[in-house]
Amino acid sequence: MDNDNATLIKQACADYGNDPRRMMDILWQVQDRLRCIDGEAMSLIASLTGTYRVEVEGVVSFYAFFSDKRKGDITIRLCDDIVDRHAGAQAVAEAFSDALGIQPGETSADGGFSLEFTPCIGMCDQAPAALINDVVVTRLTPAKVKSILRTLRKTKDPQALIGQTGDGANSHPLVKAMVRNNIRQPGPVLLTDANPEQGLQAALQLSPQEVITQIEESLLRGRGGAGFPTGRKWRLAANTPAEERYVICNADEGEPGTFKDRVLLTEKPDMLFAGMTIAAYAVGARHGILYLRGEYRYLRAYLEAKLQQRREQNLLGAGILGRDDFTFDIRIQMGAGAYICGEESSLISSCEGKRGEPKNRPPFPVQSGYLGYPTVVNNVETLSCVSRIMEQSAHWFRAMGTTGSSGTKLLSISGDCARPGIYEVVFGVTLAEILQQAGAQDAAAIVVGGASGQIVGRTEFHRRLCFEDLASAGAIVCFNSSRNILEAAAYYMDFFIEESCGYCTPCRVGNVFLKKGLEKIMLGEGEPEDLDYLRNLSDTIIATSRCGLGHTSPNPILSTMKYFPLVYSAMVKERPGGMQAGFNIQKALDEARIIAKRRSLIYDPAYGDKE
Amino acid sequence: MSTEFEFTIDGETVVAKPGQTLMDACDDAGVYIPRLCDVEGLVPQGSCRVCTVKVNGRTVAACTQPAEPGVVVENDTPQVQGYRRDLVRMLFHEGNHLCPICEASGRCELQAMAYRLGISQDSLYPYLQPVRPVDASHPDIALDTNRCILCGRCIRASRDVDGKNIFEYVGRGIHKRIGVNAENLAATDASIDDYAMSLEVCPVGCIIRKREGFFAPIGQRQFDNKPIGWEIEARHKNRIAVHQIDPSEEQS
Ligand code: SF4
Ligand code: SF4
Ligand code: SF4
Ligand code: FES
Repeated sequence: MDNDNATLIKQACADYGNDPRRMMDILWQVQDRLRCIDGEAMSLIASLTGTYRVEVEGVVSFYAFFSDKRKGDITIRLCDDIVDRHAGAQAVAEAFSDALGIQPGETSADGGFSLEFTPCIGMCDQAPAALINDVVVTRLTPAKVKSILRTLRKTKDPQALIGQTGDGANSHPLVKAMVRNNIRQPGPVLLTDANPEQGLQAALQLSPQEVITQIEESLLRGRGGAGFPTGRKWRLAANTPAEERYVICNADEGEPGTFKDRVLLTEKPDMLFAGMTIAAYAVGARHGILYLRGEYRYLRAYLEAKLQQRREQNLLGAGILGRDDFTFDIRIQMGAGAYICGEESSLISSCEGKRGEPKNRPPFPVQSGYLGYPTVVNNVETLSCVSRIMEQSAHWFRAMGTTGSSGTKLLSISGDCARPGIYEVVFGVTLAEILQQAGAQDAAAIVVGGASGQIVGRTEFHRRLCFEDLASAGAIVCFNSSRNILEAAAYYMDFFIEESCGYCTPCRVGNVFLKKGLEKIMLGEGEPEDLDYLRNLSDTIIATSRCGLGHTSPNPILSTMKYFPLVYSAMVKERPGGMQAGFNIQKALDEARIIAKRRSLIYDPAYGDKE
Repeated sequence: MSTEFEFTIDGETVVAKPGQTLMDACDDAGVYIPRLCDVEGLVPQGSCRVCTVKVNGRTVAACTQPAEPGVVVENDTPQVQGYRRDLVRMLFHEGNHLCPICEASGRCELQAMAYRLGISQDSLYPYLQPVRPVDASHPDIALDTNRCILCGRCIRASRDVDGKNIFEYVGRGIHKRIGVNAENLAATDASIDDYAMSLEVCPVGCIIRKREGFFAPIGQRQFDNKPIGWEIEARHKNRIAVHQIDPSEEQS
């Protein structure tokens, strides 16, 4: 390795105190400068941080945004979400491919460009979109590709692509993004004009125990989909004896079709930071971490500035708002492209500088989380609700929604609808009402809750969005009747295969088998037994997986089988005479034919003539 | 000192000490719970999921689940054994396993587990047929990860027993595999005398000790006469015969 590179790496490690727990930050810095983290870099990082090369390799190879092979100076990551595909992402990809002379996954010979696909980057309401280094470009068309590349070749600077900036804080000098918020329906709790510091002030008038009681009485449940009562989580953490406690905000919104946290982070960061501060006060934490997904790195400088501003306003740091006994500060931890890091224990692993694999439970994070300390992990929306609850009252919050689901829910709506964007709705609203608002009158199927949620058809549109009926982390993706529902299920299965951490057998292997089983049906080679196969395999994956990803990954298949039985039965046929449809002798012989460079005389004298 | 407590497994009462996992307590009592990634002497990691049991109706991994007073555990039930068969099959289909020509045959835990669970037939699962290069760089050790079941026993043995960190997981998802702490095994400080390279650690024929293959003749190999888990069941107070599943009983 040349000296310059070694110096860069040494600097990166030194910037983070040669601390292996800050591995993510070190790797980001090295990747940014060298465009890769190769074997030599891994060895050097390992020796400087006192770990092992293979451990560094384990981390590098876990995250999609790190690479051991050199990436182009400009890396174009095309969002490959199904919404983007429906919006024409394939044509855009081809335009990039043609103009650059490389296929997705490749780097140009001069090292200038890499082209890649990446899962949902949280821009479904302005698809097709891409990340060019950290810069988000939206509403792509093949025609725009030419001018994008012209600008990039001329300036070598993705920032130069941003002409007109988006609405609201997207035009803030530190954000400067062409991203739009698309807030279609504000609501009483989150998308409203409120002074978030009033909630913090109100909380500090109470004892920590009283704050927890307030949150318990509000019946606030975690907005990440699972819906664990927030107050109970806090109480468990507060009651665990420990010298330190941590509050982590999960801003790793990776569920395909969700982008509500992006809008909250852009428009309401103070509401979130106030909520984190209240949580810290309640549980007795001095340190907080905002875990920001790699895809949202364009928001980082802006959020750092907000944090700095809060420190200056005495809303963070020592003696917050004059309370000498209350010290709390927040750092930002960047993720690097791994959906599983939205799972709270994986997120903690990642914050600790490790592979983003879930941890064994028990112990739960509230007992032993970040670095072994009791840790509260809440998502952006949950913590934002907290500051409003403290400002208004538990009673105010509970008065909205249903008995089991209080308050409002932010929805990210995208796909085949006239008004994609963010909606704040009161829990208990029906899908039909939501579709009406979003202008998706001809929806034939909708995904409620993203990949891990349910794909439901028209017969279910009377159902209500709440924890008692259809729970959702907030992604609503609409498909009209021209879309192929099996293709959607297959897309989501591919997503899970890509994003499984691979720790446990059922999820690592089983999802691949599920996808292959679905493909067989899509090819028209399925038999009725194949449906049982899918059900049984799903059952094993759900029952034996180690974390939520495997517990929900069969949902795209199970829910489409449940709500679209006719689609499956149209594709699946009984075969006469015990013939196996899945076995195609011609295909089986193909490989041998290629090796032999001639046709088989036994089975296919006329094979190929027909083609 | 806190005191011992009891729970039941398949209707039988087991006495456990505080801090024990379900697996530890059952091992002591002579009740065998099938397992692949867990082995005595290494910290459990809960990744193969073959030790899946039901506790009060919820599925958990017995190797990492703390024993608790009064819980009702299901172990040898058709449903739980069915899950295990699926998992073992997944492992077979994920890698390349050609038992008749494998030097681990007869002492391989994956193979022995398949026999114990009554897997003798092909399943509906597709074969993934990976083609991973064999690392034969080291003078005494070869690594054929085509047979690796990602149990991580080598990782833990090298890290916690040998203090060397020769192995670690790299990649993720279906691309996850075992990496070594250098360009190849020869460039690490791996030694044939490491515990990680001993026959006890790798449950399959992935870590290969060169010039030692096929050391036991058929009939005298580890699992030729006794099924996997027998030594644990031998601890049982009223020694019960191993329940080997007859393939014809298998419902899947
Ligand atoms: S269920 Fe999937 S994501 Fe979760 S631990 Fe297992 S392999 Fe990893
Ligand atoms: S490792 Fe075990 S299961 Fe695999 S081929 Fe060898 S003997 Fe068979
Ligand atoms: S090499 Fe052997 S011990 Fe290591 S993970 Fe693979 S199967 Fe397990
Ligand atoms: S032995 Fe428990 S998960 Fe492998």
